[in-house]
Amino acid sequence: MTADVQTGPAHTAPSRTATRWHDVCGLDDLMPERGACALIEGVQVAIFRTFDGELFALSNYDPFSGAYVIARGILGTRGGVPTVASPMFKDVFDLRTGQALDDADVALRSFEVRLTPQDRVEVALS
Amino acid sequence: MDVAGETHRRLVVVGHGPAGHRLVEALRERDAAGAWRITVIGEEVRPAYDRVALTSYLTEDAELAFPAHDPDVTLLTGDPVTAIDRAARTVVTASGAVIGYDTLVLATGSAPFVPPVQGKDLPGVFVYRTIDDLDALRDHCGARPGASGVVVGGGLLGLEAARAMQGLGVDTHVVEVAPWLMPRQLDEGGGQMLRRHIESLGLTVHSGTPMAGLEAGEDGAVGRVALSDGSAVEASVVVFSAGIRPRDELARGCGLEVGERGGIVVDDACRTSDPSVWAIGECALIGGQVYGLVGPCNSMAEVVADHLLAETTGVAGQAAFAGADTSTKLKLMGVDVASFGDPFASTDGALDITYTDPVAGVYKKLIVSDDARTLLGGVLVGDAEAYPTLRAYVGAALPGSPEQTLFGGVEPAGGDLPGATVICSCNNVTADHIRCAVRDESLTDVAGVKGCTKAGTSCGSCVPLVKKLLDAELVAAGIEVSKALCEHFEHSRAELFDIVRVTGITTFTRLITEHGRGRGCDICKPAVASILASLGNGHILEGEQATLQDTNDQFLANMQKNGTYSVVPRVPGGEITPEKLIVIGEVARDFGLYTKITGGQRIDLFGARVDQLPEIWRRLVEAGFESGHAYGKALRTVKSCVGSTWCRFGVQDSVGMAIRLELRYRGLRAPHKLKSAVSGCARECAEAQSKDFGVIATEKGWNLYLAGNGGMRPRHADLFAQDLNDETLLRYIDRFLMFYIRTADRLQRTASWLEALEGGIDYLREVIVEDSLGICAELDAAMDRHVAAYSDEWRDTIEDPEKLRRFVSFVNAPGVPDPSIAFEPERDQIKPVLLAGPELEVVSR
Repeated sequence: MTADVQTGPAHTAPSRTATRWHDVCGLDDLMPERGACALIEGVQVAIFRTFDGELFALSNYDPFSGAYVIARGILGTRGGVPTVASPMFKDVFDLRTGQALDDADVALRSFEVRLTPQDRVEVALS
Repeated sequence: MDVAGETHRRLVVVGHGPAGHRLVEALRERDAAGAWRITVIGEEVRPAYDRVALTSYLTEDAELAFPAHDPDVTLLTGDPVTAIDRAARTVVTASGAVIGYDTLVLATGSAPFVPPVQGKDLPGVFVYRTIDDLDALRDHCGARPGASGVVVGGGLLGLEAARAMQGLGVDTHVVEVAPWLMPRQLDEGGGQMLRRHIESLGLTVHSGTPMAGLEAGEDGAVGRVALSDGSAVEASVVVFSAGIRPRDELARGCGLEVGERGGIVVDDACRTSDPSVWAIGECALIGGQVYGLVGPCNSMAEVVADHLLAETTGVAGQAAFAGADTSTKLKLMGVDVASFGDPFASTDGALDITYTDPVAGVYKKLIVSDDARTLLGGVLVGDAEAYPTLRAYVGAALPGSPEQTLFGGVEPAGGDLPGATVICSCNNVTADHIRCAVRDESLTDVAGVKGCTKAGTSCGSCVPLVKKLLDAELVAAGIEVSKALCEHFEHSRAELFDIVRVTGITTFTRLITEHGRGRGCDICKPAVASILASLGNGHILEGEQATLQDTNDQFLANMQKNGTYSVVPRVPGGEITPEKLIVIGEVARDFGLYTKITGGQRIDLFGARVDQLPEIWRRLVEAGFESGHAYGKALRTVKSCVGSTWCRFGVQDSVGMAIRLELRYRGLRAPHKLKSAVSGCARECAEAQSKDFGVIATEKGWNLYLAGNGGMRPRHADLFAQDLNDETLLRYIDRFLMFYIRTADRLQRTASWLEALEGGIDYLREVIVEDSLGICAELDAAMDRHVAAYSDEWRDTIEDPEKLRRFVSFVNAPGVPDPSIAFEPERDQIKPVLLAGPELEVVSR
């Protein structure tokens, strides 16, 4: 995997205020196929590392249960879409966009995440 | 014919509401050749929108617009048709446009009925029909916060309007002329119960009291509503919702036949007295009736689409409007209300069964035929969970006694429902529709059925029934209903179990690479985790196995509603020393945990954060406790009475046996959680017959009962063998458990497993006692391996720093507790408080 994995919506605005990256943890702190939660400026961000080394970051808040638990979900795929299933009521979300797969009206916020050449994981809140 | 000499036919649809929209959609979808040129002329400025959801526009700013038509449809909005010239086959609009047609469909809908009372034209008086009406209502109320207002009409729409008005800050009264609310759907009992709910929400209901007139206030706008009993209600806003009248003025103007009380007369194909003109929706009088529900309107649109297509394909149109199911279910201000079939018992000899629980606010009534066998209809208020099933049974034999049905013990109807049964009342789709679609279109999944028939696409309450019909049809067609675990494995759980056992595969990655596809998901991963654990592959958090576990197994604790966990130490047989009790008490006190004795003779400690779990367990393990496996699909508890040691009736040592069983099977992973009990005599104080395996002492030994459970569908266990000695008892249970673990489906309880086992308990006896399959030695060996390999999961975890690293709330701040977790006191202990997520966290809702 390349060292600069970016996720989130492709419409990264070109010339807005500079993206502020937050150092979160080392790549080794993330188990492949599992998530971990980071607290960044009071925002709970669920960070996931898939088997092939890709990184994703979504809000940790599960809108279906009202609890902050998304990071503890099981990763997987559905029809090729990388997913996480909330551990609370098993609602499944697209890891790339946060979209709930069974409810078009609900989407988790997604964040940009990248890996530095030093194998540090960084997340941008906006 | 158009200028180019092509054979296009010109369709003009007057009215762009839900019915008109549905007609155009249906025609465009099926008119592949593009034979129809469609022009839709709407009166409102907006294209069609979902009128059923109007209130959500007011309360949640919901977007109601239907999907736009494709570009080949000409849509004129804000330009009402003013006249029809049937001889010239043209319509004229307000702006003067003259549009020719070959076929005309009137979908002009209805207008709210405003009774001719004094003051009905005062400012501040509204109807509840269009988005413009709602915008005007909102502006008026917005300028009068805290004022009081009246909704005239306590029917379905009136109550919707009342809720919306209350949401706009108005102190709302409902005036209904009938003696109770929703008189067209509910009987008196149901209406009264609904009233209690509505009043508890702060609305005031005046029923059985006609309105006398409206009086102006000081500002010249409406100020009071006078009632016929001489009283009056202050009201600076009034909404009329007292029924609808079909909009048939265009039809009258061009000499089409209309009903005595309004409505354009059509036959069961929706054709008017002029063969080139059709009428659908709320403006049509069909079978002597005008329908004000979206379901019948959709049906009429589909019927006409079918006939129009037939005109261009040369195949005679067959579709006819077959009456409509006027069943309704709605959530009115949070209250479930449903009415189905014949709720007023108008059939000869009909009987009714009524259940009222004023405390819970529940009213249920079933109407049955005079022999109490056939369901005719019913009313549900406060709890309408049984609605989809009950509605499907209308006209059919009840699956059980009426009281069973009423109290919710009804399994959802199966695939054998009568063909004419309406499965989806929103879209009026019958069982036969679905069966035909499955056969003709070779459908194999629910999504396909939805796409093809529209069943289940509106409120969705019928989807489980749709699935059953689909499965039954597939089975009938000889198509195997897929047993595939999920999209990653073609195999059933039992097949996967055998693959893992025979090949000796120990990792998920190897299993999915060699026998599946892709990377797995939340369905197959935990199932495989369970299989690997049942076959003794070491600690469940070791290596890759850790990534497969559900959150409970991941943190070796049971996740509760706010994301905290409960801690349950094993207390074999429910026997515990005072010292150990004190340790539990101290741990609970020191970590601020809520403490409860469970139904399984354990002590549950609730409210532990992920990062507290290791320290809590370090203390418990030091005091000699083990994991109680209350989190896993594993053996939970073996309940017991006090047995012969203490009880003057006991005939065997039930506590000793319970402890022995619990220690033997502790940590055993299974497709579903397992519970057990041992009773020391036939008085059965441990309730062993409601357990997966239960043991009852006799004078001569032990009676073994298998495959019972509590749960949603309780089942008494079957007596498997009598008067067993200790060793035989254990062997039989060993074999039963191992055979179940190998062959059951994912998340299948022993009860449903046994029910699905061909030959049932007798077959099971052949396998376990007579070794008919020749596998008993293998089953015994497997259980012996499990017993020998047992090790406490929590002890192993707290001794392993690598595993402990994962027990943190935040990977970037390991010491910081999760700020979203909060509690408040209740009865001297704590209970969780869910903090509403910040708005920005959820993108849209």
